[in-house]
Amino acid sequence: MNIIIVGATSAMAQHTARRYAKAGNRFVLIARNAQKLTAVADDLRARGAECETLTLDINDLDAHAGCVSASIAAAAPDLLLMAHGTLPDQQACEQDTALMMQEFATNGSSSLALLNEYARVFEAKGSGSIVVITSVAGDRGRQSNYVYGAAKAAVSTYLSGLRNRLSKCGVSVIDIRPGFVDTPMTADFSKGALWAKPEQIAAGIEKAVAKKRNIVYLPGFWWAIMLIIRNIPEVIFKRLSL
Amino acid sequence: MSEQHGSWSGFPEPTHHSVSAPHWQAELNWPAGSRTLAYGNGRSYGDVCQNPGGNLTLMRGLSRLRFFDREKGLICAEAGVTLGELLAVTEPAGWFLPVTPGTQFVTLGGAVANDVHGKNHHLRGSFGHHVQSFNLLRSDGRTLACSRESNAEYFRASIGGLGLTGIITDVTVQLMRVPGPAIKTETLRMANLHEFFELNRASSDFEYTVSWIDCTARGKQMGRGFFIRGDHTESPPTPPLKRKSVPLTPPLSLINRLSVQAFNTLYSHKQWRKSVTSVQQRDSFFYPLDGLRHWNRLYGPKGFLQYQCVLPSLVAESACEEMLGHISDNGGGSFLVVLKAFGDIAPEGILSFPRDGITLALDFPFEGKPTLDLLARLDAITRAAHGAVYPAKDARMRGEDFRFYYPDWQQLDALRDPAIGSGFWQRVTGDT
Ligand SMILES: Cc1cc2nc3c(=O)[nH]c(=O)nc-3n(C[C@H](O)[C@H](O)[C@H](O)COP(=O)(O)OP(=O)(O)OC[C@H]3O[C@@H](n4cnc5c(N)ncnc54)[C@H](O)[C@@H]3O)c2cc1C
Ligand SMILES: NC(=O)c1ccc[n+]([C@@H]2O[C@H](COP(=O)([O-])OP(=O)(O)OC[C@H]3O[C@@H](n4cnc5c(N)ncnc54)[C@H](OP(=O)(O)O)[C@@H]3O)[C@@H](O)[C@H]2O)c1
Repeated sequence: MNIIIVGATSAMAQHTARRYAKAGNRFVLIARNAQKLTAVADDLRARGAECETLTLDINDLDAHAGCVSASIAAAAPDLLLMAHGTLPDQQACEQDTALMMQEFATNGSSSLALLNEYARVFEAKGSGSIVVITSVAGDRGRQSNYVYGAAKAAVSTYLSGLRNRLSKCGVSVIDIRPGFVDTPMTADFSKGALWAKPEQIAAGIEKAVAKKRNIVYLPGFWWAIMLIIRNIPEVIFKRLSL
Repeated sequence: MSEQHGSWSGFPEPTHHSVSAPHWQAELNWPAGSRTLAYGNGRSYGDVCQNPGGNLTLMRGLSRLRFFDREKGLICAEAGVTLGELLAVTEPAGWFLPVTPGTQFVTLGGAVANDVHGKNHHLRGSFGHHVQSFNLLRSDGRTLACSRESNAEYFRASIGGLGLTGIITDVTVQLMRVPGPAIKTETLRMANLHEFFELNRASSDFEYTVSWIDCTARGKQMGRGFFIRGDHTESPPTPPLKRKSVPLTPPLSLINRLSVQAFNTLYSHKQWRKSVTSVQQRDSFFYPLDGLRHWNRLYGPKGFLQYQCVLPSLVAESACEEMLGHISDNGGGSFLVVLKAFGDIAPEGILSFPRDGITLALDFPFEGKPTLDLLARLDAITRAAHGAVYPAKDARMRGEDFRFYYPDWQQLDALRDPAIGSGFWQRVTGDT
């Protein structure tokens, strides 16, 4: 199996990769930090997989095409996992539009730019899975986190359209929506009962790929929570401080 | 950030620590103004993994493998990986950990820092004997590559060094070739303590030996229980053990005189035949307690204490007898008593616990002064026998006893990193 991971140094991506790391599987790992990439690649190699690494800052749009072609040069991909992201400082974004646009790009538009390239690759191949980690935050805008939420919502909506397009040619497009996960991204939060470990999310991703699912909330109970959140009438929702 | 990270026994009560949680080697740092301590997976029973008033460096975020040489059986990984995570990779390639403790949830760093032992000490020594090298991060910014050849004094000090010499960032271990992870076992019924010593002498060729004894039995039956011995065997791959969990801490200890008595009586009558052989899967042989996640919660909010000591061979039989006598007289009892022989193998570390003799491990629910008094009586026996108590399991031994058991403690103290401290070290050396 040939697997491409964008944001390969993310905690969720690393744990997902470990589940696929065995002799016969080949990874192309893409991330912006070369030193971290080497550590991740060594880990997967020690588990028996073959690995190649490419550095890319997702916001360097000019580098996308070259990165995509390098990543498929040796073999056509069976699985693409996109896992990069940042958690913006919402209040800082409210005061600084340039920062907001930058965060929106990292979590939203730059992801779409890269997905757009890979979509053609998978369409031409006519099989495989495109898996993107979005977030429950994309389901509804909340005052504490709506720049991030809006970017993730853009990706989810794009994926819904892409799924519609690629389902005709046998490519599955999977939208992974995690809830709270204990990773470096959320290091400063105090963790309560709703929090999951990246290992759990990784297991859920593997299962979603095997079952060719469409939209997957992880852990599963977030599906119910978000069903309620989405259905609160806006007249009430706007008064809540969420 | 301040978080609670306790030890396994819940005694002493966990305090809040400021923590750092590195996910990359480059993120390992030294907090200004307070001492830190590496925290593996908190499977130590007492305060060797606690640093009240100070900082903890949580190591679980560093769990990547560095390399695995499948020909030589050499594996190198970051210190926060657990032994179970390592086995998942090495087992399919025919390699096993040469030494494994009774739980797979300990980290590589923790296994080195307590120089842990398994059921095969008589043949293989302790974990440290199989460590080829490791990197040790010091607060002066140096990373020391430690092995028997280079920085040998730090190598010896860090094995069994209780985390005090620096932060171990990664470890290279020589694995052991096995025909398969499963174990062909023979379980022999023992009528009393004397039979344990006889069986032990007759079983030195088996890779693994261990005994479980009923500590409620008295008189001629004292020491009745089971002697288990086994060797690796070829077998189908291990199916994952179905794990159960204790979801929350009950308000009272569920482990009390009644349940201990009932359990021990049932356990010692589980097998009527003198000897039973079977093939046990890896998890049920090595890690039976891992099948019940959070079993420590059964002891309730006050927690429990484990007492593990080693008694030199020469006096082991009489000293064991004296201890078991005290325990059964006391009536409190212990859920499981584990008895096992250590071999006469020179320790790898300055403060390594395993040494020639018999080791005895017992768990007691914490019931305040009576529990502490009983353990103090056991201390007196250990001390008179010139034995030692295991720091990894301890939360209460007296400083003077510790210094008597480990006369070379000052050698370790001299190599201790000034930016590291622990509750245990403070308690037993009076360090401030
Ligand atoms: C059910 C059960 C069964 C057990 N059976 C056995 C047994 O059979 N034999 C045995 O020997 N022990 C046994 N133990 C004890 C256990 O193996 C040890 O306490 C072990 O050291 C715990 O490892 P940990 O990773 O949880 O480390 P922690 O308990 O978190 O820390 C232990 C020590 O290691 C140090 N440390 C951790 N990581 C590092 C690092 N990276 N660098 C420097 N120092 C570090 C800490 O500072 C501390 O001093 C058992 C424990 C349990 C809960
Ligand atoms: N943690 C949560 O609670 C949570 C919840 C829902 C969804 N998510 C989503 O889950 C995914 C994985 O995140 P995680 O929780 O595993 O966090 P993480 O470990 O912090 O991973 C985030 C990754 O994104 C990379 N990245 C950030 N900006 C980048 C850029 N401009 N170009 C390339 N890579 C960039 C980071 O690279 P560097 O290592 O180089 O910084 C890092 O590897 C993200 O999409 C996140 O939004 C997380």
